[in-house]
Amino acid sequence: MSFDVSDIKKDFPLLACEENNDSLIYLDSAATSQKPQKVIDVVSSYYEEINANVHRGAYRLAEKATTAMEDAREKISDFIKSERSEEIIFTKNATESMNLVAKSWGAANLSEGDVVLLSSLEHHANIVPWHQLAESQGIEVRWIPLTESGLLDLTDLDRLLEGVKLVAVSGASNVLGTVPPVRTLADAAHAVGALCLVDASQYVPHRPTDVEELGCDFLAFTGHKMCGPTGIGVLWGRSELLEQMPPFLGGGEMILDVTQEGFTANTIPWKFEAGTPPISEIVGLGAAVDYLESVGMENVLEHERTLTTYALHTLADRFGDELIIHGPHDVSVRGGVLSMAYQDIHPHDVSQVLDEHGVCVRAGHHCAKPLMKLLGVGSTVRASLYLYNDESDVDALADALEATGKFFSR
Amino acid sequence: MSGLEDLYREIILDHYRNPRNQGELEVPPAVMAEGFNPLCGDEVKVHIQVDDGVIVDIKFDGQGCSISQSSASMMTTAITGKTLEEVEGIIYSFKQLMSIHEKSLEGGSETVDSSTTGLGDLQALQGVVKFPVRIKCATLGWNTLEQCFEELDEN
Repeated sequence: MSFDVSDIKKDFPLLACEENNDSLIYLDSAATSQKPQKVIDVVSSYYEEINANVHRGAYRLAEKATTAMEDAREKISDFIKSERSEEIIFTKNATESMNLVAKSWGAANLSEGDVVLLSSLEHHANIVPWHQLAESQGIEVRWIPLTESGLLDLTDLDRLLEGVKLVAVSGASNVLGTVPPVRTLADAAHAVGALCLVDASQYVPHRPTDVEELGCDFLAFTGHKMCGPTGIGVLWGRSELLEQMPPFLGGGEMILDVTQEGFTANTIPWKFEAGTPPISEIVGLGAAVDYLESVGMENVLEHERTLTTYALHTLADRFGDELIIHGPHDVSVRGGVLSMAYQDIHPHDVSQVLDEHGVCVRAGHHCAKPLMKLLGVGSTVRASLYLYNDESDVDALADALEATGKFFSR
Repeated sequence: MSGLEDLYREIILDHYRNPRNQGELEVPPAVMAEGFNPLCGDEVKVHIQVDDGVIVDIKFDGQGCSISQSSASMMTTAITGKTLEEVEGIIYSFKQLMSIHEKSLEGGSETVDSSTTGLGDLQALQGVVKFPVRIKCATLGWNTLEQCFEELDEN
């Protein structure tokens, strides 16, 4: 193991506090991650020492706040290997980031009959904005099917790409853990003159990210799943695209000039950041990036692979056919998200009993109802791993599952 | 685990494992409504056949957790053969049961509304109140039944 998880756990006050130390088993990081003390401190010291509105006042405090925010933009840009920090647009979450692409680029560039190609893994946030464009502009939404094991079935990719203007895919599935071959899809999209958008909400928090290597044109992710605050998301886009796109929201900060007759939009990134931004959250996300870099994203990835392997083996050994783990079992093509069906006990009932044992998992459709339909289930129990989880958490999950089986067979 | 035992009473698990009145009725003469819990994906379909203001037949079908499915099953047994007026009363009582503050279950100062005491087996669902997230599960079938009534009014 590349780092000592017991040291990492100490960085997260909610996990380390005496009350929760042994009794809280947090396995829901795909929903939101816990926050390290350093991030919490940076957010509160922002309010204690720096707070002022950005890009406005000429006074030193306002300049300090602006610098703090723009420094965070630089850090986040470096974190995903973006060449220019102007390509980092702050939004409120990944959902808004994808809506921005649909409502700005999509509305300006797509018309009746154009196709947006999605994978069958997508979260509603990368489905509904395209359904909305189908309603408003008559575009077609098309789907890349899945193989039996939950990988993308690319056998008919050439045919699927006919008429496609955008390929919009998950970088890592929030249900199956599947990590699709984004580079292959991005190259295939470009070969037919289409663009590629990646929903990287479950990707950026868990592995080194390099937008040039991924080869995509837009990358959407959210702060709160990567040790940062809620209320802050990011859209990265190629500057030449962002520059041509119409503004998304109108208001202060996104303009160079406003008259009674009209307005002139600001340059990127501010063109897309109308109104006072979530400054403390942006600064907090910068601190989260610092924290993750201090641990090392290669180490995070290696740790999660090791732990996912342990979880897959442990659960298979202890439960055999009574527990189904959906999705691929090869850790080279999946992350640490484990969607399960246990005996014939409904996921809600499983998670209710797990909670009694201090184990926090998510039960439901995980905002991926089309995928649930393909899996032939209404919902799953989902345990998701992060850098602060260790083998004892997986063991606790297995123990609690066993107790759940006993409880319902009484 | 006393809270859990309270939530998953024997009678609830029995209705979950052996749902009563499961299935569908022909529409028309029956009316049908579908209910969803968008948070968790639970679904329930309720069919009712009303003759002369009396529920002569009811069927439910769906997928969901033990609480949503057993509550729907118990609902069907509670309202079969009742007049619409009586059913309105039972719905009211059940919703009262679901809105009782959990303190009153533990002998607190609030008293249980006397209107909920005639619910029979359905009383077993009162443990749900201790788990607020699950109240929506317990009321799914009931809200769907009310949608059936709206269908009736429209016809």
